[in-house]
Amino acid sequence: MLLSPFPTLGERIRIGVLWAWCALVLIYLVTPLLVPIPLSFNSGSFFTFPLAGLSTRWYEVVLGTERWRAAIGNSLIIAFGTTALATALGTLAAIGLSSPRFPGRRIVMPLLISPLVVPIVVTAVGAYRFYAPIGLASTYGGIILAHTVLASPFVVVTVGASLSGFDRNLMRAAAVLGARPALAFFRVMLPLILPGVLSGAAFAFVTSFDEVVVVQFLASADQRTLPLEMFTGLREQLSPAITAAATLMMTLSIVLLVVANLLAGRSRRRMRVAPA
Amino acid sequence: MSENRAPIISAEPRLPCGTAALAGVSAVSLRAKLRRLMPLHEEMRALTLAVPLLALLIVSFGVPIIALLSRAVYDPSIVNALPRTAEALQHLSAADPPGDDVFAALEADLKQDQAKGSIFEFAKSLNSRLSGARSQVLKTARLLAGGAAFSKSELVAAVPFWGEKETWSTIRGGAHGFTSFYLLSALDLRWGADGLTSVPAGEAVFLRVFARTFMVAALVTLATLALGFPLAYLISNLPPTLANLVLVLVLLPFWTSILVRTAAWTVLLQKFGLLNDALIALGIATERLELMYSRLGLVIAMTHIQLPFTLLPIYSVMRSIPPSQLRAAHSLGARPLTAFRRVYLPQALPGVMAGCLLTFILCLGYYITPALIGGASDQLISNFIANYVNVDLNWEMAAALSFMLLTFTLLLYAAFARFLGLDRFKLV
Repeated sequence: MLLSPFPTLGERIRIGVLWAWCALVLIYLVTPLLVPIPLSFNSGSFFTFPLAGLSTRWYEVVLGTERWRAAIGNSLIIAFGTTALATALGTLAAIGLSSPRFPGRRIVMPLLISPLVVPIVVTAVGAYRFYAPIGLASTYGGIILAHTVLASPFVVVTVGASLSGFDRNLMRAAAVLGARPALAFFRVMLPLILPGVLSGAAFAFVTSFDEVVVVQFLASADQRTLPLEMFTGLREQLSPAITAAATLMMTLSIVLLVVANLLAGRSRRRMRVAPA
Repeated sequence: MSENRAPIISAEPRLPCGTAALAGVSAVSLRAKLRRLMPLHEEMRALTLAVPLLALLIVSFGVPIIALLSRAVYDPSIVNALPRTAEALQHLSAADPPGDDVFAALEADLKQDQAKGSIFEFAKSLNSRLSGARSQVLKTARLLAGGAAFSKSELVAAVPFWGEKETWSTIRGGAHGFTSFYLLSALDLRWGADGLTSVPAGEAVFLRVFARTFMVAALVTLATLALGFPLAYLISNLPPTLANLVLVLVLLPFWTSILVRTAAWTVLLQKFGLLNDALIALGIATERLELMYSRLGLVIAMTHIQLPFTLLPIYSVMRSIPPSQLRAAHSLGARPLTAFRRVYLPQALPGVMAGCLLTFILCLGYYITPALIGGASDQLISNFIANYVNVDLNWEMAAALSFMLLTFTLLLYAAFARFLGLDRFKLV
C-alpha cells in the first residue's frame, strides 16, 4: 500500500507528487496511440485539429487502391508463412529445451534469443547480401525465412513458459498406456500447452506483420508490404492515408496480443488445476 | 507440484509391471540405473528437437552475418585488378621504393584492366581508400592505351601520383586481399606510410557517429529511467485491479510496432502539430518549436518507444519486494528517504540494471526512428550502415561499421546474460 494507516502531511505530499508525475507519464505513453485515430477519420488532408469533418475517405484509399491492397496482401502472405514456420520450429525447440537433460542449454538459449538483440540493420544487410546471389532476395520465401529468424525467439520463450508448468509424468503415463511419442504429443502435451503455442504464434504474426527493415532490403516492387508502404509514405509525402494504415495496424496488433496474453494466462491457470 | 506427484507414477515407461518388486530392488535405485543406461538417448532426443530451429538460425542468420563481417577484412579488389603488381611487391620490403619491375607490372595490369573494362571498378575501389585516386588511375589508363611504353621515371613525370609514398602504401595494403583498412577507417584511423595515424579532421566521421549513438542511447536510457522508475513503483504498490489497469496502459504502446509509433510522433511533432499546440496553450513555449528533424524530437520519440522495456524489468523486481520491509524500517526509526535508500533501492537495483541495459542495447541499433524523425546530424550508426549499402554500394565500409556495432552490442548482451540472467527477460 502506498499510504501508511496514519499518513503524515509529508507522506501525503510525497504520494501526491508521485501520482501527479505518473499521471503525466501515462499521458505521454498513451497520447501518441490515440492521436492517429481521429486524424484517420479527418475529411481534410492536414494533420491538424480541429478536424475539417468526419469521413472514411482515407480508409477507402488504404483498403481500395491497388497499391495499398497489394501491400496488405503481401503482408498477410508473409506474416502467415512466418507464423507457420516460426511456430512449428519454435515449439519443437522449446520442447527440447524444456527437457532437464538438454545438453548445453546455457549456450543454446542465448543463441536462440540473439536475433532480438542483434541490430536489425545488421541482420537485414547480412540477409540481403547472402540471399541475393542464391536467388532468395525479392522472393516471399526469402523474406519469410528472414522473418522467421526474428519471430522464433518469441515462440521459444512463450512456449517455454507454458512448458515450465507441464508435468512430464503425463508423457510417461501416456507411454505406459501404450502411446507412441507422436501420439502422446498430439493427445496429451499439445492440448495442454496449446494456449502457449497460440500465444507464441500471435507474437510471431505481429512481429512479421509490423517488420519493415528486413523488407526494405529484401523486397522488390512485387513484395512491398504495408509497413514498407507506410515507411516510404512517411519519407516522401505525408498523407493522412498513413494515419488510417497506422490505425489498422495498431488495432490488429493490440487485438492479437491481448488475445495472446489472455491465452497465456489461461495456460498458466490450466496447468495449476491439472494435478487435481 | 510435479515433485508431489512423482511417487504416484514412479515406474519408467515400458517397464513390465512389478519387475522392480520381483527383483527386490527399490524403485528409486532402479530409476537411477535406468538413468545411467539411457542418458545419451534422452539428451539426443532433446537436442534433435531443437536442431531444425538451430539449423535455420545458422543458415539464415549466423552465416549471413559472418559472411557480411568478413567483407570488412577481406577485399580482393586491388589484388584482382593488379595481380602482377601485387606479385612484384611481394619481393620488396615495405621501406623500399618500387623499382622498374613493379612499374612494368603495373603498366601491364592497367592495360589489361583497360582492355577488360574493369578499370572503372578498380579506380572506384582505390578511390574509396585514397581520395582523388580515381581520376589519376583513369588518366594513367588513357595514357597507356595510346600504346607507348613508359619507364618508371617517364610515368612518374607524366602522372606524379605514382611517385607518391601514400599511393604505394595503399596498394601494398590491398595486395594480400586481407586488409585492416576498413576496420581502422570505422574508427577514423589509417595505417599509412608513417604508421598508424588519425585521419585528417575533415575526413573523420565515424568516431563522431559512434559518440552520437552512445550519447542518444544514454539520454534515452536516463529519460526512460526517470519516467519509468516512479511509475513502476506506483504500479507495484497499487491494489491488483488498479495495477492491472495501469499496466495495460503501459503494455498498449509496447504492443504497437515501432513504425506505427514513429508515424504517430511524426504527426505529433510537426510545427503545427499537437505537441506545439499544447506547449503554446500551456504557456511553456512562446513560439512554435522545430521538433521534427531535431535531436530533441528524436529523443522524445525513442524514449516513448523504449519506456516499457525499461519499466517492465523494474516492475517485475519491485513486485517481489515485500512492502512490510519499508514499514519495518519506518518503525525502527528510519526517515522515509533513508528507508527507501537503504532498504528498497538495493533490492530494486537488479531490475533497474536489467531495464537500463536492455534499453541501452536496443537504442544502439535504432534505425527507423532516426531515419524518419532525426535530422541530418541525428543519424545513428545503423543509418550510416544502411546508407553505405543503399547509396554508396560500399559493402566493405558497411561491413566494418556493422562489425563495430555488433561488437558493442554483443559485449553488452554478454554482460546482461552473465550478470542478470536471461530468465529475467520476460515478455509479460
